[in-house]
Amino acid sequence: MLLAAGGDVDFMIHGLFKYELFGQELWITTTHVSILVVMLVLMVFAVAANYKIRHADEVPGGFQNIVELIVEFLDKMVYGSMGKNGKKFLNYIGSLFLFILVSNISGLFGLRAPTADYGVTLPLGLMTFAIIQYNNIKYNKFGAFTGLFKPLPFLFPINLIGEIAVPFSLSLRLFGNVLSGTVMMSLIYSLLSRFAIGWPGILHIYFDVFSGAIQTYVFCMLTMVYTTDKMPE
Amino acid sequence: MSDRGLVLACSAIGAGLAMIAGIGPGIGQGIAAGYGASAVGRNPGAKSDIMSTMLLGQAVAETTGLYGLAIAFILLFANPLLGKL
Repeated sequence: MLLAAGGDVDFMIHGLFKYELFGQELWITTTHVSILVVMLVLMVFAVAANYKIRHADEVPGGFQNIVELIVEFLDKMVYGSMGKNGKKFLNYIGSLFLFILVSNISGLFGLRAPTADYGVTLPLGLMTFAIIQYNNIKYNKFGAFTGLFKPLPFLFPINLIGEIAVPFSLSLRLFGNVLSGTVMMSLIYSLLSRFAIGWPGILHIYFDVFSGAIQTYVFCMLTMVYTTDKMPE
Repeated sequence: MSDRGLVLACSAIGAGLAMIAGIGPGIGQGIAAGYGASAVGRNPGAKSDIMSTMLLGQAVAETTGLYGLAIAFILLFANPLLGKL
């Protein structure tokens, strides 16, 4: 059903390996492979960083500097927008940030970015939704439900939709941005394959690095904003 | 023209029309960036706060455009209308 410019424009998810589970036909796709590569990279990085920090030097240099830079950046971002509530969320936001960032940038290394698959971003959005609603009920008790009827009772449907739309708008935003980058890059590589020498690198910087970093930041910021919104001051 | 061809052609036109949704977020993000720039000009000390607020607002404004993009992608790659033939 590839409608746009038939032929060798290729940015779809491919099935690599088929297996059956409880009568369902399931596929191992390119998304699984790239997500495994991303996880492997993050794990190796985490182990190396852990080893380095355990054997930290007095004057940091090289790798230790990078690790400290990342941790300080995440600390600043989380505490800056969540205040004293930030301590409990640092783990979640930090791992979310690193995972989405490395996923988005993986397009640079020839992988199909895992976040360009709605099956990856929707669970991320649903996880955020679960955290938001857990904190909503934890801090507001019964007010989580009566809050839907404020300021006026007949606004209940709109408030309900506003709550439920959060995971979908979060995940669609990330998915749409990364997918549009992937589509643009593959269009350039397949339609202009003769001329695409060197200069698409500039577009890679925009579509993969810049847009990916912005969307990562926005996803984490929105998660924090929505969560802080439900907490008492 | 076959039925299938008609549906495919109209889907392609519909996908193009759906991307008109990109106008709104473009204007909105431009306005946000303009006011962000003037705010930095007035108060350069608060640059990082202004930047993060601006990016957040732009990302929310972008959502409507992405809904249009999602519709265009659905029409092109997972066309629900072809199943009704």
